[in-house]
Amino acid sequence: MYQFSGKLKTFSIALILLGALGIAFSFYTAPKSIEDAKEIMAQQTSHDGGHAISHEEVKEEKHATEVKGDSLAHGEIENHGEEVHHEATKDAHAASEVHGENHDDEHAEHVYHQLKNKPWSALYVSLFFFLGISLLVLVFYASQRVAQSAWSVVLFRVMEAISANLVPTSIIMLLVILSASVLHINHMFPWMAEGVFDPSSPNYDPIIDGKSWWMNTPGWTIRSIVYLAVWNAYRWFIRRNSIKEDTANDGLKTYKLNYNVSVGFIFLFMITESMMSWDWIMGLDPHWFSTLFGWYVLASLLVSALTVIAFVTIYLRSKGALPGVNDSHIHDLAKFMFGFSIFWTYLWFSQFMLIWYADIPEETTYFVMRFNEYKLPFLAMVVMNFAFPILLLLNSDFKSIPWFIVIGGIVILGGHYIDVFIMVMPATVGSQWSFGIAEISALLFFLGIFIYTVFSAFAKANPIPKGNPFLKESEHFHYYNIEHRGEGSADHH
Amino acid sequence: MSHYEAPIREPLVLGDKSYHDITEDIAKPIEGAANKNWYIAFYISLAAMLWGFGCIFYTVGTGIGVWGLNKNIGWAWDITNFVWWVGIGHAGTLISAVLLLFRQKWRMAINRSAEAMTIFAVFQAGLFPIIHMGRPWNAYWVLPIPNQFGSLWVNFNSPLLWDVFAISTYLSVSLVFWWTGLLPDFAMIRDRAVKPFQKKIYSLLSFGWSGRAKDWQRFEEVSLVLAGLATPLVLSVHTIVSMDFATSINPGWHSTIFPPYFVAGAIFSGFAMVQTLLGIMRKVTNLEDYITRMHIEYMNIVIILTGGIVAVAYATEFFIAWYTGSPYENYTYLSVGAATGPYAWAFWSLITFNIITPQLLWFKKIRRSFIWTFIISIAINIGMWFERFDIIAIVLSKGHLPSTWWRFEPTFVDVGIFIGTIGFFFVLFLLYARTFPVIAQAEVKTILKSSGEFYKKRSEQGIPTKPAINVASAEGTSDKNNKE
Repeated sequence: MYQFSGKLKTFSIALILLGALGIAFSFYTAPKSIEDAKEIMAQQTSHDGGHAISHEEVKEEKHATEVKGDSLAHGEIENHGEEVHHEATKDAHAASEVHGENHDDEHAEHVYHQLKNKPWSALYVSLFFFLGISLLVLVFYASQRVAQSAWSVVLFRVMEAISANLVPTSIIMLLVILSASVLHINHMFPWMAEGVFDPSSPNYDPIIDGKSWWMNTPGWTIRSIVYLAVWNAYRWFIRRNSIKEDTANDGLKTYKLNYNVSVGFIFLFMITESMMSWDWIMGLDPHWFSTLFGWYVLASLLVSALTVIAFVTIYLRSKGALPGVNDSHIHDLAKFMFGFSIFWTYLWFSQFMLIWYADIPEETTYFVMRFNEYKLPFLAMVVMNFAFPILLLLNSDFKSIPWFIVIGGIVILGGHYIDVFIMVMPATVGSQWSFGIAEISALLFFLGIFIYTVFSAFAKANPIPKGNPFLKESEHFHYYNIEHRGEGSADHH
Repeated sequence: MSHYEAPIREPLVLGDKSYHDITEDIAKPIEGAANKNWYIAFYISLAAMLWGFGCIFYTVGTGIGVWGLNKNIGWAWDITNFVWWVGIGHAGTLISAVLLLFRQKWRMAINRSAEAMTIFAVFQAGLFPIIHMGRPWNAYWVLPIPNQFGSLWVNFNSPLLWDVFAISTYLSVSLVFWWTGLLPDFAMIRDRAVKPFQKKIYSLLSFGWSGRAKDWQRFEEVSLVLAGLATPLVLSVHTIVSMDFATSINPGWHSTIFPPYFVAGAIFSGFAMVQTLLGIMRKVTNLEDYITRMHIEYMNIVIILTGGIVAVAYATEFFIAWYTGSPYENYTYLSVGAATGPYAWAFWSLITFNIITPQLLWFKKIRRSFIWTFIISIAINIGMWFERFDIIAIVLSKGHLPSTWWRFEPTFVDVGIFIGTIGFFFVLFLLYARTFPVIAQAEVKTILKSSGEFYKKRSEQGIPTKPAINVASAEGTSDKNNKE
């Protein structure tokens, strides 16, 4: 049995507390009113000094130039060039009294909402990332049961332990869902804003109104709760029954029941996953749509989940907690990381290329926004999620070397965090994005919860699933060209 | 312990077989004479093929106007059949490459025939891009060859050009992969041949394979590398085929889910065709001990899985078509407009054959039944033809402008060419079944002792499966070779 060390426990609690503090701070410093937002904007412009001129400001500048242009001859603008332009920017707010009071206020309100969304979005990105990873670990586990795969049986308890993180993340997700929909505390989903469905309101949006059959608060809330309930129900059941399997000795009855329930779960997951990604992510951009989106989210979370399985396995093995795991198992996990990294790229490229190629305005805006405002993370993501794993994990020898996998895995996880970041942030905070206290705190918070739940769950059960009929095959698993040299290799040549 | 296998796994080779029995069973159809049924089937296929060739010559000689196409529906049966055949071809590579990567031992009895099916299906598919051209004699212009027109090149932006590269690469790689696997088997036939002519032929085909340790080692590595290359290839080929539609701006075609959805559909239809063919082949070639009920069941499980993926894609298409809020999306192949429009019969055929019928396979009795499997596999073949027809013809029949709305009626030439390709396919497959080892004997022999029924039973009863002579030679008390 594995003992969850006091050191690790303290570390995870420290992460949770630190993260919670940071999250609280980011909520506290978010603007409370439009005036606050204006102040922050003013600070930004004076601080900016040229670096990272945001999209909104660029628009503002153009507008201001036009405003100024009214009172100046065109030649003058050309002659003075820079100077006029600069002056125009400074004047924009002053000139608003005459020309664009409405526009300026609208802009401030816009930025206010974006800034107010920031701590929420930072929390949401990390929450979705960790929830999704735990869920996909569970799905991978179910798929291993259904496929009657033997190699992974010694990793079953690792996967079960990771899936324990589904419980706290689901609870937090539930709170976010309720505060977003029922209580209207945050403004991440534009279609939840007031008056969107009301033709007499200035906020009326006929496109969203056309989707009201799907995009409505009660429907969204109920669906979200159903997804979480289905996933957690399977996790609760399979964890309980997997431990039962150890001592069941009932002629594989429990084993077969677990098999059948896993088949049912995969069936339900395929349906709920697509709907979940429409509801939780695609709905952030209610005017945009892509048929591939659900599977694209799936691929991103799946490759992250496989990486996390590899990480936890490598860690536990190094602590001597996984006696049956040898280098061949690690090799297989790395192969999955490699393969699904390519699969993710395939889906990313398919979605991107098809939209780029046809260039239909209502779809293209999605990528135009992301490419213009998030250029660095957008491009870095492709390198991190594709080029890096391909180069690092192609070689067969490297795939069983733990530190190689750790390095590759950190890049993969970073890349997929960015992926989720780019799915969420442009819709909620737009050009006001940054990677600072709010984002880091949320990550630390969920990492702390992850470590705490996963390792305490792992300590609660026998690390070897004794009742599984494929256990012996798994313990003797040896991929043909792998030289075993890691932990526990003594008993295998 | 490398041969240890959980007792729960069902045997893959039935009966009390030795290595020699495997050789005998697989060589028999090649070494014996064809029976009457084979000749009947062959002549029917040949007649269909010749009829199809006649239709092709008629088309090329007279013009594409002999087909039922019109100025709005410029693609119909031609590209439907093209995508259908390419899709069928995907199961072969999936079985030999993807299942190899996933270490599925059951692939060994079916990979040879599945790959043959791939290659013959890609032949049929390859006909359509050429014969549906208005000027097929200029087909070589699609290749980027330096020329006298100031080196006039192709535009690499067209998915139809990507098709050229995808299909030709796919055919070449599949062929090489298949042939590599055939070397030890051809060598086996060569070594058994008694007639000099046969010996000569199989000597040429087997490239001097002598089965040395080093050869086997390289053979395994090449297979693994080719499997690793063929897997992304198989995904990319049907992806590129799907992009013929998805890159367009037609509602119903422009859909980002097409790449993975087409691939899933290809595996779905390909496995259905493998079931159709192997269901008959295992009987007529007496290979029931190798292609067992369990192989059929496993393939049916793959069919349920890919069919499920396809069903999710249908639901997604249907949902997003509504979700877009675009009125044009109401005439796509999966929309309320299609379900109630003039092509409703095609829409409902698709739903019935592709979504509803395969659900029967959830029942263990049905998915282990040969006759049910055969019926369902035929239904899927029909359903997947309708899927492509619906995507192509329904979408084109109602475009953006109502003044361009038109319908498609196939002519006898459209139908004739399709029948011709089916005939051509079966001509090739029937010839293959008489001259090629239809099961990879070298591979099946590697699993005999771990997954053969006889050996599994013995090891469950605790009886050593290795003959005593091996133990002796391992201990050095005997200098006899442990020849198997």
